[in-house]
Parts: sequence; structure tokens; C-alpha cells
Amino acid sequence: MASASEAKLNRVPSIQCSGVGVKFASADGQPIAILDNLDLRVESGKIVSLIGASGCGKSTLLRAIAGLQPIDSGSIDLDNKVDQPSTEKSRVEIGFVFQEPALLDWRNVWSNVALPFELGTSNGQPGKVLRAKIESLIESVALRPADYKKFPDQLSGGMKMRVALARALANDPTVLLFDEPFAALDDILRSQLNDLLLALWKNRSPTIVFVTHNIAEAIYVSHQIAVMSKGKISRLIDIDLPFPRASQVRSSSDFAAIYGDVSAALAEVAR
Amino acid sequence: MMKSKTLQVNFWDVVVPVLVLVGLLVLWQFSVQIFELPQLILPTPLAVAKAGLKEFKTLAVALLTTGAAALAALAACGIFGLLISLLFSQSAVLRRSFFPYVIFLQTVPIVAIAPLLILWSGVNFQTIVLVATIIGLFPVISNTTNGLLVVPKVQRELFRINRASRWQELWKLRLPSAIPAWALGLRISSGLVVIGAIVGEFFVGSSGQYDGLGSLIFLWQGRQYTAGLIAAVVATTILGLAFFGLTKLISNFLLNRWTRGRL
Repeated sequence: MASASEAKLNRVPSIQCSGVGVKFASADGQPIAILDNLDLRVESGKIVSLIGASGCGKSTLLRAIAGLQPIDSGSIDLDNKVDQPSTEKSRVEIGFVFQEPALLDWRNVWSNVALPFELGTSNGQPGKVLRAKIESLIESVALRPADYKKFPDQLSGGMKMRVALARALANDPTVLLFDEPFAALDDILRSQLNDLLLALWKNRSPTIVFVTHNIAEAIYVSHQIAVMSKGKISRLIDIDLPFPRASQVRSSSDFAAIYGDVSAALAEVAR
Repeated sequence: MMKSKTLQVNFWDVVVPVLVLVGLLVLWQFSVQIFELPQLILPTPLAVAKAGLKEFKTLAVALLTTGAAALAALAACGIFGLLISLLFSQSAVLRRSFFPYVIFLQTVPIVAIAPLLILWSGVNFQTIVLVATIIGLFPVISNTTNGLLVVPKVQRELFRINRASRWQELWKLRLPSAIPAWALGLRISSGLVVIGAIVGEFFVGSSGQYDGLGSLIFLWQGRQYTAGLIAAVVATTILGLAFFGLTKLISNFLLNRWTRGRL
């Protein structure tokens, strides 16, 4: 059991986007390049935030990585090869957290989290193992057993997002993709969920791509920020802040310096 | 506090409408007497009540017969409406080929085809159920197909990310999402199937071989038995209300279970 999970850890993929192009048809039928010959590499087990103005293509890139958006040119590789003989390139488990929680109204917390186990070619885990697994998922996002039977309409926005997070973690994803998940939440909830995200990353260290509008959030949760504009990565900024991150770091001078740097990069591409 | 509030609600919801009804009946009774209207045109409410009591057994049998046909038709609408909608949701080809004919169900005047159906299928319970089903099917198909198709994109993508098969998407996402739409479709149908059953019976009525409310209305109209006719209308109304209440109960339960107050 332990060796299997270690093997899994070894296979956290890097994400290699090379020359990725996506075109949409505009209203007058002219194709518009949403992603234009884009290159990006996310190292295995790292967190990269995509930041940029609305319409710069960050969500499209995320969806392309997830396989939800077909690409017109280039390639996206989720490379999980292990440098050992006889390794088959196994499929990569992807967890995706949408902008909205997208919970199923007719299912309670428990069975919303259980949903991924009912889909795909289920590997038929015995009920007892599955129950323990779902319990630990719900616990990992700091929800309580008292919440199991609650329906989405009985949950606050922050709690719904926690359920969505637990569900995204169900299949032990080695790649986690976030599409502005906390945009609708207030600052306090947002920073709580930022800490939760980092705690989850520390546990499993998946490769994470995190799309956000919020500069402070991007700095706080990432190893690197990719500033996007007009379908390209226009700048990569490394975040040299220590892990584990504590909220005091937000008021440090290093944080302020990076903040200034990212703002400047965004202002530059906006010009 | 709570108690007086319920009493208040009951007063406005029950007592006042009943008082209005009693007032209208009294007004009706006295106008007929004062203006000396002939019983053939407008019998007094008392005469209607007397006819209702006298024909109670006939009316009760008719009400149950029509009710059974309408109930069977409603069940048929629920089942076939759902099955047809499931097929439509899975194939654009099927949907495009057959939806125009489903609209035909809605637009065809039932009074025009009821005699044909009776001719083909005979004077029997099944024919009445068929007529009522034809009239009640469209709202169920239309609502449910729509409900199956308009699932939010983000939920479909959630299923894609989790490698859901088409069958899993239908069974675990589209069908549960469409249940409220199905229930609302049935609620619309519940009134239509009662009308459909009575229209069907109206056409078989002349044969004297059928016991439904529609046939009774046809029969008593011929005999110019106006008091009985009005008693039969009251029975139809009771049946309609019972149907409305029943489907409202069921759909409220389904809506509450599947939308959790979203609608």
C-alpha cells in the first residue's frame, strides 16, 4: 500500500505547453486567437498562478490543460513518466475546481463528494474503504460530520466551495486546476481557503495551476506567477517567499515588493 | 400566537370563500324564484342538489370511471412522456425527425380525432385513456425534453472531468436535473387529461354503453335533464380539483426533493 502511494507521488506530472493555439470565431465569423503560440512549463509539484486581464485567455488555457477545450495547434503534455524501465505512461488524474461550486442540488454533502467514485470506469472499491475515503476527504476541507447530510441550499458560499474542493480531490489528482474558485467570496473566506489550498498541497503535493484576478492571492499561494496577455505568457515572476506560508507574510516587505512587481507587469501589458 | 395565526389563515383561505359560495347559491335560488325562470333553462340550486342526491350512485360511478381513465392517462403521460423525452435528449436526429409530430399532438383538435379513435379502437376504457393521453402528452414531452437538454455547462464539464460515460451523464445528471421539469409538465397535464377523458366519453356517450361523466352529460343533455346536467358539471369540477390537488402534492414533493427550493 505504502509503496503504491509512493509510486503515485513519483508520478506527479509536469505540464508542458508548447506553441498552443486556440481560435474562436468572432461575431462576424473572423477567427480570433484566444491562445497564440503559447509556451508554459509548470514543474512537477509546483503551484503556478495565471494572472491577467479579463479575456487574456487564462481560463481557456486552464480548460485546454484539463482537456475541456480542444486546441488548434501546439501540444500540451502532462508528463508523468518515471525514469524506470517498464513504466507505462499511466493516465493523469486531474481535479478541476470551477468558478462556481457546481454542486448537484439534489445530493447532500456526502454524496456530492462521493460523485467522482460513481463515474467513469469505477475501480469498485469496497464500501467500507470508500466510506473512510469520503470521510477523510470531507475532513480534509475542514467540514464536520454534522455537515454530511446537509444539502447545498443549506450551505454558505465558503462551505460550498469546500465541498467542491473535496470533490475535486476525490480521485487523488496529481494535477489540480483552479478557475478563479474564490472570486465570489469575501477577503476573510478567501484567505482561509488560500490556507486550506496550501495545506492540501502540502499533503499531496500535486502540480497546481491557479487562475485568479487577485494579485495578493496569486502571490500567497504560488511558486511562480505567469502574467498573461493577448493569448501569451508575457512574464514569469518567481515568488521567493518561504513555505509553509503564514498569513503574516502578507504584511512583509518582500510581499510588498513582489506585489509591486506583479502590478507593474500587469500595467505594462495593459498598455 | 401560532394558533391565532393559523386560525386567521383558515378564515381567509376557507371561511371567506365558503361564505361567498353560500351567498352566490342563495342569490341564484332567489333569482330563479323571483324571475320565475323555467326549470329547463336554469333549475334552482336546491333542484340541482336534489337531482344530485337522486342520481348519486350514477354520478359516483361516472366520476370514478372518468377519474380512473384520467388517472391512467396521467400515468401514461408521465411514463411515455419521460421515455420519449429521454430518447429525444439522446439523439438530435430523433428529436428533429419526430418533434414536429409531437407538436401535432398539441395542435390537433381532439374533438376532430376522438370519433376516429373510437371508430378504430372501440367503445371502451382504453379508447378514453388514449384520447386523454393524446391531449396530455405534449406538456410532459416538451417540458421534460427541455429539462434534459438545458443542464448547466459547468455540471456537464464536471462529469467530463470525471470521465463519466454518456449513460452516467444521463442517469446521474440529466435525469435528476429534469425531474422538476417533468413534474411541472405533469401538473399541466393533470387538467388536460380530465378534459380529454370527458371529451372522449362525450363521443362514446351516444352509444349508451359507457358510464363516464362525459357520456352522462351527453345523455342528460339529450333528455333536457338540466338539473342532472348541472349536478354532473359539479361532479366534473370536483374531479378536476381532486386531480389538481393530487398532482400538486406530488410535484411539490418532487420539486422540493430535487431542487431544494431552487425553483
